[in-house]
Amino acid sequence: METLREFERDLGEMREYYSQGKTKEASWRKSQLKGLLTLLKEKEGDILNALMQDLGKHQVETFRDEIGTSIKTLNLALESLREWMSGRKAKLPQIALLTRLSLEPMIGALAAGNTVVLKPSELAPASASLLATAISTYLDNKAVKVIQAVKHLTPVTLELGGKCPAVLDSLSSSWDIKVAVKRIVYGKYGCCAGQACIAIDYILVEKKFTRTVVELMKSMIKEMFGENPKESHSIARIINKQHLLRLKNLLKDPHVDASTVYGGSVDEDNLFIEPTILVDPPLQAEIMTDEIFGPLLPIITLEKIEDSIQFINSKPKALAIYCFTKNKTLQRRMISETSSGSVTFNDTIIQYAADTLPFGGVGGSGFGRYHGKFSFDTFSHEKAIARRSFLTEFWFRFPPWNNHKFQLLASSFNFDYLGLVLVILA
Amino acid sequence: MGSVEKETKVFDSEAASSMVKELRDEFMSGKTRSYEWRVTQLKNILKMSEDREQDIVKALHSDLAKPEFESSIYEISMLKNACTLAIKKLKQWMKPEKVKTSLTSFPSSAEIVSEPLGVVLVISPWNYPFLLSIDPVVGAIASGNAVVLKPSEIASATSSLLAKLVREYLDNSLIRVVEGAAAETSALLEQKWDKICYTGNGRVGRIVMAAAAKHLTPVLLELGGKCPAVVDSSINLKVAARRIVAGKWGCNSGQTCVAVDYILATKDVALKLVDALKHELEGFYGKNQLESKDLSRIVNSNHFARLTKLLDEDKVSGKIVHGGERDKANLKIAPTILLDVPQDSLIMNEEIFGPLLPIFTVEKVENSFDVINSGTKPLAAYLFTDNKKLKEQFVMAVSAGGLLINDTVMHVILLSFNF
Repeated sequence: METLREFERDLGEMREYYSQGKTKEASWRKSQLKGLLTLLKEKEGDILNALMQDLGKHQVETFRDEIGTSIKTLNLALESLREWMSGRKAKLPQIALLTRLSLEPMIGALAAGNTVVLKPSELAPASASLLATAISTYLDNKAVKVIQAVKHLTPVTLELGGKCPAVLDSLSSSWDIKVAVKRIVYGKYGCCAGQACIAIDYILVEKKFTRTVVELMKSMIKEMFGENPKESHSIARIINKQHLLRLKNLLKDPHVDASTVYGGSVDEDNLFIEPTILVDPPLQAEIMTDEIFGPLLPIITLEKIEDSIQFINSKPKALAIYCFTKNKTLQRRMISETSSGSVTFNDTIIQYAADTLPFGGVGGSGFGRYHGKFSFDTFSHEKAIARRSFLTEFWFRFPPWNNHKFQLLASSFNFDYLGLVLVILA
Repeated sequence: MGSVEKETKVFDSEAASSMVKELRDEFMSGKTRSYEWRVTQLKNILKMSEDREQDIVKALHSDLAKPEFESSIYEISMLKNACTLAIKKLKQWMKPEKVKTSLTSFPSSAEIVSEPLGVVLVISPWNYPFLLSIDPVVGAIASGNAVVLKPSEIASATSSLLAKLVREYLDNSLIRVVEGAAAETSALLEQKWDKICYTGNGRVGRIVMAAAAKHLTPVLLELGGKCPAVVDSSINLKVAARRIVAGKWGCNSGQTCVAVDYILATKDVALKLVDALKHELEGFYGKNQLESKDLSRIVNSNHFARLTKLLDEDKVSGKIVHGGERDKANLKIAPTILLDVPQDSLIMNEEIFGPLLPIFTVEKVENSFDVINSGTKPLAAYLFTDNKKLKEQFVMAVSAGGLLINDTVMHVILLSFNF
């Protein structure tokens, strides 16, 4: 456990190292990115184990969400680094403090030439301690540090996410409906058991469609997680007791409990909550006012699907809106009449994997963005450089002022080249 | 809209809150989303700047004794250009940007759509009170936001003119001006905005950011700093001196965020530079520079007192090599040059924001970069040199908002010149 004084000393050393200029070199940045790639390849087994330990997350899910995406980003960064660093912009790195489990922000910070302090979540202790040892082995210790716990240093956690809604329109083709429900089920329970900032929080459907959706969901859940999801090892656990009790509490409200149509069982000892579906819990209940962050899926029914826009707007801006529809008008309206970090049509979560799309929130879901080149830009200052020669001069920009100079400058500002020439010729 | 009543009532937290609510409701009606609404407001701003140029010049002269030339060119023309550009490009800016997708997101298409943030607050400073008020407002309107502008009370004539012009020319249901000082600004900062744009000093910048943090409101902070100009040997000293004079005293008497704050040079270059500067100053402002009509005055007695304090500090008062004269009644300080000031003097540690130019001497010109980096990052940094290697070192080593080689301030105006 570091003391504040030790941390400050470390930070001072890092600033000193940074000011020597090493991290600005392309070769250093490449070496760090390659180091991370090697880390991910050589420590893959350890990472998979750590996440199983912290979250009961299945190896495939871990690979998909944590290792696979990072490898993809690292390859992109290595490939594009020269381009990002060159040409019209001069990137000016700094020192970045990162407090996430994901390597994604760190990749951007290193690509942009920063020194980095990484503070992984203490809620996932196996992963945190693995990161600490692995990073010190594979990366430049003078520039990248992992701190696990600092006495007297109060971490500031901005829990930004919001309630990400999925709007499910009545789709005519049964194939489309199946695909939509499958993607919704995976976008909730298959995403760290709903404990993800972009996991679906709740669904909006038309009343007449509800029964179909519920039945389909039940069968999809069985298909993906088996008759006994706890034994399937295909769904993550709740991170800790505190969050499990928080989720259990959401279901305690009798009206909420009454609205449960599937699941609902909680295994405190094993930190497991089974995939749960609710239909129309009261809107003032906590389950509908707070971000759920767990495997409980409320379905809110509406008269018409267009009402979903107003419903979404009645809540703080979410990180992601999902909309399953082929109706072009609804799609257009969803884009222009709501505000969110992103809008994804006819799928869930995949926007996260698209490097060319910025990932970030707005309003209550946060600000700033990263992924792909946006990560590089986020950790850079784009410094404007202008150069002039001593030879060419516009004498009329210097005092003493007179009307002649005034006219010349006025012409210049109006791009009135002819006028400029005429005034000069007087 | 009862605007006369608003002027006589106290603008407190309650008034601020209900104003923000009104604007938010109007914003939610979708009015600002259309191209037509945005382009109409922008055209009205352009019209306002053209029709009322004389009123604006008069107000700026009243507030700052700003020469008509500076007002017309630096404030009004620049603002008109920003407006014209926005009008020209708006359709293009509003279009979604298509982006490539790859296998990891499966067969799909993707694009980036720009949408307005909502209701934004612009707080502007006293030194370019017209330009720095309306320029951010142009941006806010172009991107489809509702805007509240709080101009600086220190430039009071411009503040009240702005309130009047915005009422007359723009859509009051979505664009407002709130006049006032600390109390009114605090009332505004208590509200939840979707973005705050603040231009001014670092002290108040921290207050703004702290207030914004309570609502997780993103901020744009245009602050300042000590913008250094490094002067190398073997350059055309006459031209450099002329450009330094223009970028110091020709910019609101040094009261500009990107004005040259201080100079770094080796001793022998410094001595030659002082002569060159004296020569150019006389060419620009005549022999009696304190009285020149081509120079702005100091904005108010507080700042006058602050600047004279910098000059009167013991370790510095003997270092004046040019100027130093003051006229308290008219709030004027003559262009002043100081040579060899100690690094721990007040004038070398605070942003000067006035017509005093200290020259700090270094052993080798390369040492300048360490001196610059030992302070907080400035908004701009300037280098005068013909040495290619030095230019490269400068770009790599110095972190600042913007860098300009062989000129001053032009990088801000460059867009307008477009030559």
